Amino acid sequence: MSIGINHYLVISSILFSLGVFGIFLNRKNVITILLSIELILLSVNINLVAFSHFLQDLVGQVFVMFILTVAAAEAAIGLAILVIYFRNRGSIAVEDVNMMKG
Amino acid sequence: MILADIAFYLFASLMIFAAVMVISSRNPVHSVLYLILAFFNAAGLFMLCGAEFLAMILMIVYVGAVAVLFLFVVMMLDVTVTEAKQGFLKYLPIGGAIGLIVMAELIFVMVSWMTNPEFLETPLKASPMPDLAQTSNTKALGLILYTDYFYLFEVAGLILLVAMIGAIVLTMRERVGVKRQNISNQVSRTREDVLEIKKVATGEGINL
Repeated sequence: MSIGINHYLVISSILFSLGVFGIFLNRKNVITILLSIELILLSVNINLVAFSHFLQDLVGQVFVMFILTVAAAEAAIGLAILVIYFRNRGSIAVEDVNMMKG
Repeated sequence: MILADIAFYLFASLMIFAAVMVISSRNPVHSVLYLILAFFNAAGLFMLCGAEFLAMILMIVYVGAVAVLFLFVVMMLDVTVTEAKQGFLKYLPIGGAIGLIVMAELIFVMVSWMTNPEFLETPLKASPMPDLAQTSNTKALGLILYTDYFYLFEVAGLILLVAMIGAIVLTMRERVGVKRQNISNQVSRTREDVLEIKKVATGEGINL
């Protein structure tokens, strides 16, 4: 059985679930949450590339580039927020984020 | 084709293993390194799909920039390993349940989608892929990225600009008590401001 689109979709769904699982599992660690978000975005990218390949349509790859752009921006801003939070509070535990009483 | 199949399973299994290690590793530095491994294997999968340019972009942008940024932040923050892992087992059941539900739903969708293979022959294509024997993937991507998707490309550049300015604004701070070079002060110093000539009488000394 040769590799079809379903193989790629199952792989990407496993990766997506691992990302969601990681967010729930590491509730205390913001860095791991950011890494899990990167995993989720990577699974979406694999989805788009697989569809682009098997439908022979190039637009999927263009959108992967835009997702990469947004993911890079998100990582930069998220890590900047993390750095100033650590500078102010001395820890990065998520449960300590209660200054705004939200 | 058997070689491509083996490569697919190798890349896929390594990527899943790396993803598991990302979320279960005790040390954040190890997590980031496993994330880099996952990105490398994803680049391999992209290569198998014929998306050469994206594979290279994933290596350069992700492994080269984003993952190294993560590494810098992880090492700068000096997070102790033990405090980060409290409550690991507390969230395991609910997290596992939600992860399994999401995965089951996605796989159900894909299995039901497998029964409609005629969708693959749909004639509705926004920009059909050219023959890769004649033009490279990179060139074909550039030809539609800079024409059909030009405005989106510009907006992507603006997003990066906003992210850059935002990160700089967030992390820059004025430290008090640090001596800095002030070039305008240095340049505007004159001889009269800083130099005073006193005639010292012999044997009397001087009061400063």
